[in-house]
Amino acid sequence: MTVGNLASAADTVEADRQRDWREALAAMALVGPATALIVVFLIGPLVCIALLSLTDYQLGAKALRFVGLANYAEMFGDRVFRRSLENTLTYVGVVVPLSVFLGLGAALLIEASASLRGFYRTIFFLPVMATLIAMAVVWEFVLHPQFGMLNLALNAIGMTGQDWLHDRKIVLFTFCGIGVWQSLGFNMVLFMAGLTSIPRDLYEAAEVDGAGQAWNRFWTVTWPLLGPVTLFVVVISAIRSFQVFDAIQVLTKGGPNRASEVLLYTMYSEGFEYFRSGYAAAVTMVFLAFVLALALFKTWFLDRRVHYG
Amino acid sequence: MAQVELTGIAKSFGEVRVLRDVSLEIRDGEFVTILGPSGCGKSTLLRIIAGLERQDAGRIRIGARTVDTLRPNERDIAMVFQSYALYPHLTVAGNLALPLRMRLLSWQQRLPGARWFSPHIRAVERDINRRVSEAAALLQMETLLPRKPAQLSGGQKQRVAVGRAMVREPRVFLMDEPLSNLDAELRVHMRAEIAQLHRRLGVTFIYVTHDQAEAMTMSDRVVVMMDGQPLQFSSPGAIYSDPVDLRVARFVGSPRINTLPGVTTGRRSIDLAGLELPFDVALAAGERVTVAIRPAATGVAGQHGLPGSGVPGLSGRLVHRENLGSDLFLHARIDALDTTVIVRQDPSAIDAFPLGMQLQVDIPVDQALAFNSAGARIRSRVVARAAAS
Repeated sequence: MTVGNLASAADTVEADRQRDWREALAAMALVGPATALIVVFLIGPLVCIALLSLTDYQLGAKALRFVGLANYAEMFGDRVFRRSLENTLTYVGVVVPLSVFLGLGAALLIEASASLRGFYRTIFFLPVMATLIAMAVVWEFVLHPQFGMLNLALNAIGMTGQDWLHDRKIVLFTFCGIGVWQSLGFNMVLFMAGLTSIPRDLYEAAEVDGAGQAWNRFWTVTWPLLGPVTLFVVVISAIRSFQVFDAIQVLTKGGPNRASEVLLYTMYSEGFEYFRSGYAAAVTMVFLAFVLALALFKTWFLDRRVHYG
Repeated sequence: MAQVELTGIAKSFGEVRVLRDVSLEIRDGEFVTILGPSGCGKSTLLRIIAGLERQDAGRIRIGARTVDTLRPNERDIAMVFQSYALYPHLTVAGNLALPLRMRLLSWQQRLPGARWFSPHIRAVERDINRRVSEAAALLQMETLLPRKPAQLSGGQKQRVAVGRAMVREPRVFLMDEPLSNLDAELRVHMRAEIAQLHRRLGVTFIYVTHDQAEAMTMSDRVVVMMDGQPLQFSSPGAIYSDPVDLRVARFVGSPRINTLPGVTTGRRSIDLAGLELPFDVALAAGERVTVAIRPAATGVAGQHGLPGSGVPGLSGRLVHRENLGSDLFLHARIDALDTTVIVRQDPSAIDAFPLGMQLQVDIPVDQALAFNSAGARIRSRVVARAAAS
């Protein structure tokens, strides 16, 4: 190899390096704005909350002290918090399966009948569009122990009514009912969208293959092809259920005797009624952990199993 | 054993009459293609045979049975769909096994895990696996068995779809434009493969397509359908050279058959802008008819020293040439008839035909077909008469 060759090789390397550098710069300039926005509006606040949960900050206080994991220690030792966590998990455990399966059932039934499809769709979707705060007032009337419609109806068929919102054993399940009522329509609409995207050919192939009856058709075509939608519906329902707050705030304020206390309500009362922002931040972190776990579960595990790629 | 007999099938979707009075008799083991432009009702007819659609009137017999009230899976048929319709969540092996599992196992026996409790289920599953691998071997796709449909190419999906139809060992194969989603080269290849499969299985094939090349190359007989009615049901050769209807003549053949407006003279001949073609037709004078002739049947007599062929001709001007390598197509403008006639020539003669030249297009009477104003063929015995005179 001659000297000239070596020199030109060095030049090429130098030119390559410069080009790489320019490309990297251009790439950074392009993703910069989005990254900045994400940092300011998402990552930043999250980090703040995480840091705040390690302090004894009180809303409006001039100073704060770093207390390490004291908030978390207090939280997990606190019966109110444990109750709240337990209630939330029960709520999610009841509302998610019920609203998903009833939503799927409603979608299948409505899709099966050609007439009145639009009517039923609207009826079931109404609770999704209505503000839950406003609807909570309606629920209060429906569930009133003396003159509520539900108890009147139960009495009429010879059953004893309940004090739906003030009985410690029942109140959480009353909210589960309201939660199902509210998210069923949303899930149904998602399932209906999923159903219309299943190619008709597949049903016909199933029919020729001997899987034509409703039961076989469902398991051979409908259910597997609804996989991605079902996963989405389950995750969204779970996240929305973790967020249950407004109906409880309006109807019972977590009572009676914390029987309907849920995570977000605990966070709200700690943060905005007792002004213990540090502690509320710790509760928020627990809430975020659940939501994040769900999101990761969806992306890393299930997405691969339901998209048959 | 499994001839297919359709009698008076009619079907309407709302106001639209898709099929009107279709009667066909398809013989056992025959490869029949239903050919027609899109919207002619050919797919609907196939779906009615399959049982995916219910006819408004008429009767279907498959083999010795009337199948009008039977579900698709009870009709002893298998269908290959245009979109292949593979189950995306199942592997190729699963797709092939599904029709067998459905038929041989009850739903309790198909439950996951049921096989651990019953040697009978395991025996059935072994049998299913054996038949699946046999089908896969026949179609040379053993290596595809563990894959999901999304990992397959178009041609492979096609093969799996055929395999799924095959494992059931049906007596009638129904195929709805199975090649139309493939690229041109693969289509030609699969054409041969499907014809081969038909010979090997020896069962009845009913194949729907709008592609005349598929119809002509694979079938024993072709049904040409237009506007919900079969116009002609005969061998590919007869469809091409002896069409019974002007629409059939126009639909089959590429480039399209030449059609020339003519008038009957009442002297057993047809007048084409002054050119009198002897035709043994018993029509009164002044009837409007159409004379059709294939580009390959025509000839040319040029002005520049080319000898005339001695048959009647039309004078025209060369307006366009298409050299396909194997064929040379000359487009001659015939001003007297206000139309353009396509003439096939040998490509080696291209230099003899400069654009704009005047030429004489031969219309050999024994090759010309005549159709009345309703499009029906007018049979003529012109050759016999020419021989006699």
